Amino acid sequence: MAVASIKVSETPLVLYALRRADDALILGHRLSEWCGHAPMLEEDMALANMGLDLLGQARELYSYAAKVEGKGNDEDKFAYLRDVRQYRNLLLLEQPNGDFARTIVRQFFYAALADLYWRAMMQSKDATLAAIAAKSEKESAYHVRHCAEWMVRLGDGTDESHRRAQTAIDDLWSYTGEMFAVDDSERGLIDAGIAVDSAAFHSQWIKTVTDVASEATLALPDNDWMQQGGRSGRHSEHLGHLLSELQSMQRTFPGATW
Amino acid sequence: MVSAAINDADLRRRAWNAASQVVDPEIPVLTIADLGVLRDVAVSDGRVEVAITPTYSGCPAMNMIALEIELALERAGIHKPKIRTVLSPAWTTDWLSDDGRRKLREYGIAPPIAASSRRALFGEQQVACPQCGSDNTERLSEFGSTSCKALWRCKSCREPFDYFKCH
Repeated sequence: MAVASIKVSETPLVLYALRRADDALILGHRLSEWCGHAPMLEEDMALANMGLDLLGQARELYSYAAKVEGKGNDEDKFAYLRDVRQYRNLLLLEQPNGDFARTIVRQFFYAALADLYWRAMMQSKDATLAAIAAKSEKESAYHVRHCAEWMVRLGDGTDESHRRAQTAIDDLWSYTGEMFAVDDSERGLIDAGIAVDSAAFHSQWIKTVTDVASEATLALPDNDWMQQGGRSGRHSEHLGHLLSELQSMQRTFPGATW
Repeated sequence: MVSAAINDADLRRRAWNAASQVVDPEIPVLTIADLGVLRDVAVSDGRVEVAITPTYSGCPAMNMIALEIELALERAGIHKPKIRTVLSPAWTTDWLSDDGRRKLREYGIAPPIAASSRRALFGEQQVACPQCGSDNTERLSEFGSTSCKALWRCKSCREPFDYFKCH
């Protein structure tokens, strides 16, 4: 690799924005991997559209993190010049696409929270975060509805689609707990009315997921052991591979533009 | 001082006129003024600053629109304008002008309807066909050719059509 990673001064607000930006970028990138491969044309467009929404959210959040940090970093440097351990996204979102059912389950788990989360964020005392939330909230509403419809189609579809959706739920479930974990760095921002407390949405999220799973004739696992680490940079082996593709151009030809 | 103020007002008016003619590259019948993307034109020290707001977070047309505004102003003799993106208040389809909605329909895109059912997980809306006006329509896909559109089909005239999503 020809170019070194940047240093980031992770004050609580910078870290907070980066975590959400990384969530959006990594999940958006995963969705972009489907482009040209989805099971049908409409779904190819839907996955790309959702990926584009997430990429847009990521760009705004990175730009804001750069402004708050004030150290000369920008959206591109955050995306292209941080190493795996500097990424702060949820483990759930870096998990490989797998089959279509796994992609939909992953998206549904995330969107069911994102929808609640961004709506609450619109009340943030931080005007930029509130404005970013006002856009993201509308987009998430489409995402969660789209995924919920697919959950039902897959779960209550054929034996094969049911089996695949159920397998995806069972495999991804242990990554969902991290979405509701709040550390000290975020606690201060939550108390100040800037950040949103994701833990407060756990029961509402469980209800949405339970309702949809039940409509889809799918079962939610009863294990409550949850995997954590993404928020502090301890990732699964999958993120490094994703980043090596996402970053290869800027790492090989630093500052390349076209 | 008085003449400077008049000059600024004149410059602002000329800049607004030029910027408001810029069209959305994906929906070329709509100007950015129709869309509500053009938020403000300000003049300070003889320098023009144009404020625009993004429609969708990831809308790739925004970069193009900013470039087009710059070109339109340069063509109007207004040099080196500054284009600023404002996020707040967030753009909504409610800002589409009546004129814009009419132009959309004539272009074959159904304009956005009120989003009372947007929150329903499995909600269905009714969108009138922009070709024949029939309410007998169905949604093919909630995600269409651009981030702002969904794909629908009219069951009366059998024509597929784009629906400008409520946002």
